[in-house]
Amino acid sequence: MLETNIKPSCLKPEIQAITYAGSGDFVHLYMQPPAWGYRPGQFVMVRPGEWGNDPVWPRPFSICEKTSDSLRLFIQVVGRGTSLISRLQPGSTLDMWGPLGNGFSFDPDVPLLILAGGMGIAPFIGLCKRHPHPGRINFLFGHRMGIECYPFAELPQKVNKTHLNQQTAGDIVSFQKVLEKRIRDFSGRGRILACGPSPFLKVVRKYSIESGADTWISLENRMACGVGACLGCVTGTTTGEYLQTCTHGPVFRADEVVFEEDDRLLSAKPHL
Amino acid sequence: MDLGVTLGALRLKNPIMTASGTFGYGLEFTSYGRLEELGAIVVKGLSLQPRKGNPMPRIAETPCGMLNAIGLQNIGVEKFLQEKLPRLPWKETPVVVNLYAQKAEEFADLAAVLGSEPGVGALEVNISCPNVRQGGLQFGQNPDAAVRVVEMVKKNAGQKPVIVKLSPNVADIKVIAGAVESAGADIISLINTIGGMAVDIRTRKPCLANAFGGLSGPAIKPVALKMVYEVCSTVKIPVIGLGGITSARDILEFILVGASAVQIGTATFTRPDKVFTLVNELRELVTQLEIEDWARFRGSLET
Repeated sequence: MLETNIKPSCLKPEIQAITYAGSGDFVHLYMQPPAWGYRPGQFVMVRPGEWGNDPVWPRPFSICEKTSDSLRLFIQVVGRGTSLISRLQPGSTLDMWGPLGNGFSFDPDVPLLILAGGMGIAPFIGLCKRHPHPGRINFLFGHRMGIECYPFAELPQKVNKTHLNQQTAGDIVSFQKVLEKRIRDFSGRGRILACGPSPFLKVVRKYSIESGADTWISLENRMACGVGACLGCVTGTTTGEYLQTCTHGPVFRADEVVFEEDDRLLSAKPHL
Repeated sequence: MDLGVTLGALRLKNPIMTASGTFGYGLEFTSYGRLEELGAIVVKGLSLQPRKGNPMPRIAETPCGMLNAIGLQNIGVEKFLQEKLPRLPWKETPVVVNLYAQKAEEFADLAAVLGSEPGVGALEVNISCPNVRQGGLQFGQNPDAAVRVVEMVKKNAGQKPVIVKLSPNVADIKVIAGAVESAGADIISLINTIGGMAVDIRTRKPCLANAFGGLSGPAIKPVALKMVYEVCSTVKIPVIGLGGITSARDILEFILVGASAVQIGTATFTRPDKVFTLVNELRELVTQLEIEDWARFRGSLET
């Protein structure tokens, strides 16, 4: 599944359609397809043309799927930017650049365990649909909102898939237990790919390191440029460096990165 | 009209430069435009040794702008000279190296390393970074300290033009501008970011791990324009204006108040080919307004 035509460019595509799933907060954005190919796990930066001077930043989104007809993003409204994007109309244009980042790398002949949390399902839709042997994919999906909000049903029939809803603290604990068991059982049998919110990835990382699993996680970080220039999206690594999530990632080997944000915030002291 | 400008010994094919810290080492942008078409490339601030930078989170979005507290993460001057500079089109477009140090002596050492590099078009001395504990602002807010840094850099910089980048976080920008001019600065660039803060009422924490950061983007343009106007009225050396520029019209506003060139910073984040498209937009606007040469337009504001 090696794409050859991956050369990033900056385009101004038109929105073809916006559809909602489950609620107005879950948005499928379809736009004119770019000429480039992409690797699942890569992302694009999107900034509606009508934003003018505000908001300043574009927003990064995983590429959900690309067909000959359209490029599709799956977006949850979580703040001002995504809220404005969810209200765009077909025909309006976007500034969009990509494909960015490294994406997931895997051998299609080797079994995969995919672990997705919430919006982390987005890059795996295209991945599973394009995979030559979907029967070799095991898919575990954890979600907080109703399953109808997520494109889970689109996964190919042959994918061995499970989804677990977490609404209470008890659900989260039992989901973590399932995660632990799945990671330990799968370790040594193939590659694990994970995408989701940081607390979820922390758990995946922990059990992967403990069991020696070959796990790759895709990080979500706030980004301003997406091309490696602003240094606002860096992630700490076990070698003590800060690497740009946008260009060195967003996919990292689970034992390569450290999650430090929570601890750091607690001890924040001004430098002035 | 020929868009070319001359800032002392620094000749640019147009007045559009990138702003340090928003354009990486230039190579990050080769997919989005031809670096050869820019007036100059100003690279991320470099120090003698690599710097890790500040903890995360480092950036926060604010109305018409953003805060950053990157803390000058960089690969160090040696690695830049070995791995980045040879790949930049420095023969066609001047490469300006922004430099940061914690002590005046280190600024001098950096200038010595860069002064003899054929690929370096000019030095931009950063005495205005608000996001580091030492260096930066301690020079930029104190005229005597600024003079000392500029004199030491000038002594070691050989023939390279020395640009001094000023901070807006001062009581009177004209005082520091006059001081660095008297110390031998060839060019002044301003403004660096304005000190700012953002907090989260739910977590009750600052939005940046560093608590404070530097504000940039369109929100600061009026502040920048005033300070550029003031400095241009004070010094005789050329001035580079920056702060919130997003359009060809903004560029002409800065030139109208006296700037010889401009830098594009945060606008690059709105679209990575922004700085490249601005060259064409500027050409069109200059033609439309029938501006015949920069010398007559620059500083022609009627007050």
